[in-house]
Formats: sequence, C-alpha cells, structure tokens
Amino acid sequence: MAYSFPEEVLEHVFSFIHTDKDRNAISVVCKSWYEVERWSRRRIFIGNCYAVSPGIVIRRFPELRSVALKGKPHFADFNLVPEGWGGNVYPWIAAMAMAYPMLEELRLKRMVVTDESLELISRSFKNFKVLVLSSCEGFSTDGLAAIAANCRNLRELDLRESEVDDFSGHWLTHFPDSCTSLVSLNISCLASEVSFSALERLVGRCPSLRTLRLNRAVPLDRLPNLLRRAPQLVELGTGAYSAEHRPEVFSSLAGAFANCKELKSLSGFWDVVPDYLPAVYPACSGITSLNLSYATIQSPDLIKLVTQCQNLQRLWVLDYIEDGGLDALAASCKDLQELRVFPSEPYDMEGNVALTEQGLVSVSEGCPKLHSVLYFCRQMTNAALVSIAKNRPNMTRFRLCIIEPRTRDYQTLEPLDVGFGAIVEHCKELQRLSLSGLLTDRVFEYIGTHAKKLEMLSVAFAGDGDLGLHHVLSGCESLRKLEIRDCPFGDKALLANAAKLETMRSLWMSSCSVSFGACKLLGQKMPRLNVEVMDEGGRPDSRPESCSVEKLYIYRSVAGPRSDMPRFVWTMKTLS
Amino acid sequence: MSPPLLGVEEEGQSNASLVASSGSMDCLSQSGSGLKERNYLGLSDCSSVDSSTITSLSKENKNNLNLKATELRLGLPGSQSPERDPDLALLKSGKLDEKLLFPLLPSKDGICASSQKTVVSGNKRGFSDTMNGFPEMKSSGYTEGNWIFHASGSESESPQSVGQGKFPSNSTINVMLSSRSSGAQPAAVNKEVPPKASQERPRATNGSSHNQITTNNNSSAPAAKAQVVGWPPIRSFRKNTLATTSKNNDELDGKLGPGALFIKVSMDGAPYLRKVDLRTYSTYQELSSALEKMFSCFTIGQCGSHGTPGREMLSESKLRDLLHGSEYVLTYEDKDGDWMLVGDVPWELFINSCKRLKIMKSSDAIGLAPRVMEKSKNRN
Repeated sequence: MAYSFPEEVLEHVFSFIHTDKDRNAISVVCKSWYEVERWSRRRIFIGNCYAVSPGIVIRRFPELRSVALKGKPHFADFNLVPEGWGGNVYPWIAAMAMAYPMLEELRLKRMVVTDESLELISRSFKNFKVLVLSSCEGFSTDGLAAIAANCRNLRELDLRESEVDDFSGHWLTHFPDSCTSLVSLNISCLASEVSFSALERLVGRCPSLRTLRLNRAVPLDRLPNLLRRAPQLVELGTGAYSAEHRPEVFSSLAGAFANCKELKSLSGFWDVVPDYLPAVYPACSGITSLNLSYATIQSPDLIKLVTQCQNLQRLWVLDYIEDGGLDALAASCKDLQELRVFPSEPYDMEGNVALTEQGLVSVSEGCPKLHSVLYFCRQMTNAALVSIAKNRPNMTRFRLCIIEPRTRDYQTLEPLDVGFGAIVEHCKELQRLSLSGLLTDRVFEYIGTHAKKLEMLSVAFAGDGDLGLHHVLSGCESLRKLEIRDCPFGDKALLANAAKLETMRSLWMSSCSVSFGACKLLGQKMPRLNVEVMDEGGRPDSRPESCSVEKLYIYRSVAGPRSDMPRFVWTMKTLS
Repeated sequence: MSPPLLGVEEEGQSNASLVASSGSMDCLSQSGSGLKERNYLGLSDCSSVDSSTITSLSKENKNNLNLKATELRLGLPGSQSPERDPDLALLKSGKLDEKLLFPLLPSKDGICASSQKTVVSGNKRGFSDTMNGFPEMKSSGYTEGNWIFHASGSESESPQSVGQGKFPSNSTINVMLSSRSSGAQPAAVNKEVPPKASQERPRATNGSSHNQITTNNNSSAPAAKAQVVGWPPIRSFRKNTLATTSKNNDELDGKLGPGALFIKVSMDGAPYLRKVDLRTYSTYQELSSALEKMFSCFTIGQCGSHGTPGREMLSESKLRDLLHGSEYVLTYEDKDGDWMLVGDVPWELFINSCKRLKIMKSSDAIGLAPRVMEKSKNRN
C-alpha cells in the first residue's frame, strides 16, 4: 500500500491506455486500479445492449464521453428478426441524459432510434459531436432536423444504411448558419432530395469537412459545385452518377475531381453512365477505397477504372467485374487488402455473369496483402479454396456465399468440407468466417480443430447433426459470436457446451432442431445467460417440449432478462 | 472443452428428461445415434413416402384445401391464438387426413410449427433414398424443399405449399409464394413467405424485398425465383437499390426500352447466361460474331451470311447444311413461345419478336427445322 502510486499518477498513466481490452485488463489488477480506471474511462463499447443495463454502466463509469451500442442480432440484416424485437435506444438516452451531460459521441448499430430519442439527444448533451447510426431504424427526417438545429458543435452525422422515414429533404436547412464544425456527413441512405443550395452553403462553410457521402437524389451536375467548395475532401460519396453526355458537364466534373488532391475514398455511383467515369481518373492514383457496389457497369468499364487505382486497398464491387476484371485487379492493385464482390442478380437461379471461383483465386494469388474477403458466387471447388488458403495465410476475414444453398464442388461433386478446412488450417489468424455450399460435420471438425482465433462464425444449411455444433463450441477457443440457420443442430451439443455460452457474446440459432425443453433447461441452469425463444406461433409451452423452437437467441448478460420483449419473444427464466 | 454440464451423454437422454410428449411423436428423435438420417419430424414412416406420392397427393389436396379458410396465415401456426384453436381442433380430429395432407407434418396434438423448418435441413438426408437422383444433382440442395411447406398447421396455407406443381428442380423454400390459388389478398402475401420468413409479417409495409418476391411470383415464370428468407444474405438497403436499378433496366422480359434491348442468351452446358443488347447490332452477322466471342465455342454457321435485310428464306437444303456444318446452332424464343432457328426472318422482325436466345446443340435443334419450315411456309 505504501508503495503504490498516488491516484493522480495512475490516472495520468491510464490516460494513455485506450483500447477496451487494455482498460478491462488494468481494471482487474486491484481495487484501487479498478477505481481509478473507472473514473477515468471516457469511451465504452457495448456489443449487446441487453448484456448490461444503463444503470449498471452509469454506476461503474460515471464520466463517459463516448458510447457505442449494438442492438439486434446480425441476422436482423437479412430479415430474420421480426419487427418489434427490441433494441430500442430510448431507455439508454434517457438514462444518459441525466448522467452524462457532457456526452459527446454516440455510435449505434442495429438499434431502434425514434425521433423522440433524437430530440432528447439534441437537447440533453451540450457538447454533442458525433452521431453514427448504422443500420438503425425508427426515426424520420424530423428527428434529423432536431439534431441539425440543436447540436451546435456537431462534427459527425453518419446515417449509414439506416432506414429513415424520409418526409422531405428540408431537415438539412435546420443546420444554422453558425454551424461550421462538420467533419463528416453521410446521408447516402436518404431518398429525398435535400435542398441543394442549403447543402452547398453548408459544405462551403465547414472547412474541416473530410467526409461527404451524398444520396442518390443529388444529380451529377451538382457535384462539381460541391467539390469546389470542399477541395479538402478525403472521402466522397457521389449521388446518381448519370447525366446526358454534355462536354461542359464532363470537363467541369473532371476539373473538380482534379482539384480534390486529398481524395482517398470514393463511393456512390448509382445509375452510372460509363462515359462520365473518366472524370474521376485524375483522382485515382490517390484512391485507397472504392465502393462500386451500386454501380451497374460492365466489366470493361470497371477494369478501366480499377486499374487506374494502383494504391487501392479496399474494393467493393458487383459481380459485373467478372473473372477477367478480377484478374486485372490482381495485376494492378498490389496493395489490395479487402475485396467484396456482391451479386448483381442474387435471386436469379442461373448466373448472369462470368464470375466464378477463379476470380477469387486470381486475387488471392496476386494481392499479397489481401486479408478480408466477402465473395458471392455460384460455383466453387475444394481445389480453389485450398489454393486461396495456401496463397493467403494472412486471411483474417473470409466470407463466402455460394448463392444456391448446399452447392457441391462442381468438379468433384463432393462437399466443400476440405476447402473450408484448408482455410481454417492455413489461415491461423482467421477471425471471421462465413460458410456456404454443401457441408457435412467434417467441416466443423476442421473448424473446431484449427480455428483457434475465430471470433465470429456464420453457418447456414450445413452439417449433419449435433456433432458439428459440438466441434465448434468445444474447439473454437476465441469464439464470441455464433449464428446458425437451417442446420440440423439439436439439444445435445448445446446442452453439453452450456458453459461455453457464457464466454461468448451471443448465439443465434434459427430453423434448427433445438427443443423448447432444452431451452428451458438452459435458461434455468444458466443464470447469467438470457435464453430467448422467438416464436410467432404462440407460447412455446403450449406445445410439447420436444418441439423445436423457431428461433433461439442466447446471450450472456449481467442485467437479467429484459423487460421489453414483444409478444413473440419468451425468456426462459420466466416461463417455467 | 467445457464439461457436459447438463449430463447429456446418453442417447436420447435429453429427450427423456425434457420431453413430456406422448407416444412416438418426438420432434427430435435424436435416438438415431448420430445417423445421418435424422427424423426431425418424428415421422418414422415418413421416409417411406415416395416423392411421386407426395406430389400427386399434393395436387389432390390442393383442390380440397382450397375451399378451406381463406385467410392465409404464414408458416407459423397463425399469429393470433384465438384463431389457432379451431385449427387445433381440426388437426386433432382430422388426424388421419392430416397425415395424408401433410405427409411431412408431425401429426401430433400440438402444432409443431418450428419442427418443420428443420426438415429443410434434416430431411434432406432422410429422403435422399426415396428421391430420384437428387443427391447426385449438382445444385440439388433444395429440391427436397418442395415438400416442406406444409405450412405448419395453418391448413389454409398448406395447399399453396404442398400443392406446388411448378417449382423447378432448384427451387428453394419459397415455393409457397408461387401459388396464389386461394386468392390471397396482397396484404397476405407477405405472410405467405415461407416458414422461415413467417416472422416477416409485421414488415409488410417495409421490405421491398418482399415486394420483389411478390412480383417474381406473380409472374408465372416457371423458373420461379423461389427464395428463402434472408438468403442470399444481402442487406435490405442493397436489395432495395438493386430492385430499383433492375426496374430501370427492364431486363426480365427484354422489354423494348427507348435505349437498350437486353435479352438473355443461354448456352447448353455453360454455367451462366449472358445478356446482349440487340440494338447494338444491325445484322445477324454482327450478332453472331459477338456471341461467338462471348461463347467461344459457338458457331452460327451459314446462318449469318444470309442475314441481310430482305425476305430471304432458308431453303431446306441450306438449313441442313447449317445443321450439319456446326456443332451448335443459335435459336430464339419468339413472342409465341416457340423456339425457332435464328436467321429466317429479316433482322428488324427478329429483334421485335425475339424474347430470348439459346445456343443449342445442333442435335437438339434438328426438331426445330420442320417447324421453322412450316412457319416460314405459313408466312408465305
């Protein structure tokens, strides 16, 4: 005791420690460190808003400035979570309004945010600076107007991929003339036209603006004016990238792009007219991130653009790029780290483009820094996966979606167990994996054996039985999130690995074979787990216990069962 | 490795401790000792039901059941419990019928909605013996899915699901959507989404993805884009954007737009289709060479050289030469739905009537020749 540092010194030292992991680690050294740390923590990330309550957070960390919260399970992105499930942020806002008047940053993902919440935010936090709403819903442009009007020091307003009730673009005019602090504005998800003159004035008076992501409704001929007012832009999302071909529009646009010497990231490109693409060429050499995933242009045009971007690190693109385009990418962009290829016609039974497994193999061969992949395709072979694995042992995120469920290796007609097995075996740093194709329990055996750093696993239409799930739960030491749909996994593996579930953030299982009885048992025996059963057909206990539940969401929590469940969600703690 | 916490080691023990069900109707008969054939529906006699029986039964039942409740409730045994009770009663009494009607539905007292979803994955193995050649088919994954939509107890829906005549071999679960025979209102459509999607109902106003599904199925295209909810895993924002873009392209039927006229070109044995814009060509020769480049093993033979404007008919001898001279021929489907050899009508007429192109093996196209001749003769 006599030899410990004074608190002020500790506090000063701790101020250099930022990451959650490190902060969590120092907080368990001893009681005084715990105290110093909790008073000095300014930033918190809560991966599951139901794992803890606002009250508990506020009690432990009285001086937070930045809060990040995630709500719904990941599969909510794909419409597997019914409306009304939960994830409403209001209780958090209400509690924080009292406890953190100096709150500056709020980052929410997959949460329900009402206009009421937005209004409360705008009124409660005098120094509010950053609002990021990622894949959120429940609010309208009225709520945005409140934010624009009242947050005097707003720096970031980012609505990425949220669902907004878009009444009109008028909300943007609520930014007062005195607002000059904007650094980042992302309105790409909005449908309505905003007032262009208001937008231009806003952009013009914010000298620190680095990120501007426009929505589709901003026409191409408006872009040069905006760019001229913000030549310091680092990240730009265009609006609709089409106009009649008029030379003066083109040259104005090209000039504006040439003037933006700091540009590193481009996105948008809805409704692309290929003739206008060369206007961005002057900026290409500096581009490190290119999101063309809404650009419905064909391979030749894509190749021309992409091969200009020698410093490209991240590319998101539609499968129009085809194998040929990926070959060109592999040859030109040696710094590529992340590739995402989205399907242009995901619901077409037959393919419409010449994109196969070969494209991905090429990129894995040609791009030594490639470590993050999301790839939609229609065919795959074990051999290709083995090549990719051997080429890129530095892979950290590998998500493969073969569009038709349970597709075999088209050459050998075998399951793809061996291919994915190679991925987990060679890529020792793999953190995230999504499987597809025909897969048996074998692949799970490989995963359980090799994927020791795996944190998130997504499984669909795979496996033969409980053994598969058991391999994963018992073998993957770093597993935090597991999401499973349409797999024949039942009670045994789940119950046998119940303790594992407390070491994970969450487990989602839908259309599997877990019985209601097993859920009840888990709920009763594991007090620190919330076991929630979703069933729109009525109370699960009105059916025999052996019946499978429709959807199951299990997560660890120190807050006990939640109180805001809709009628179709049952917690196993109260149903006994 | 965490110790088995809840003592589930022996076969079926978990079931024994958890299950209060009577009789043989185990939802989860895990007593199969890890055998591949998992009888997820607890229907031990299920696997003996053969595919053809089910199909024919389904068709019959479709007619019978169409008369039942008009309200389509999806996948899950309805959402409102009051409505469920009559159904339950129905099930109990019509136990035997139920077995016939929903051969895959556990005819138990409760409506075991959820178990059916497991069938998707489980029964794949269970039925693999009885189905012809399914496991051998390349992307056959979902064929078995055909039977799965015995809508969990909402009999009204079952006809739609079970009586599904139209699904292609690769169709996935959303087969239910194709049948609108019971006159569901559009509002109910969203409920009709397959069991997996049953939870979608509240999103009726929301997902354009649903609208997409709806539109797809309202068109009676046999290649029904049967969809599974949430698959492929694409975010709503992206789906909506794609939907808007494709509407702009009007690609489905190759509708005549002021700009492009995109039609699909498929080739026997090729893994993917291509699309060509017919307006970018003015002669058969141009089309032929473009396609040749795209599908490099294709030759149109002598057809192209005759593709000059003007009424040139392929004589029978020329046609024979064509067919014998090359391995593949180019055919198209015209507005009447007939498949014709390309080249026997003037170019303008051709692009106005062509709905899709297909590169066929000439051996398959032999049968076309007489029809072409006949049609040509009729036109004279």
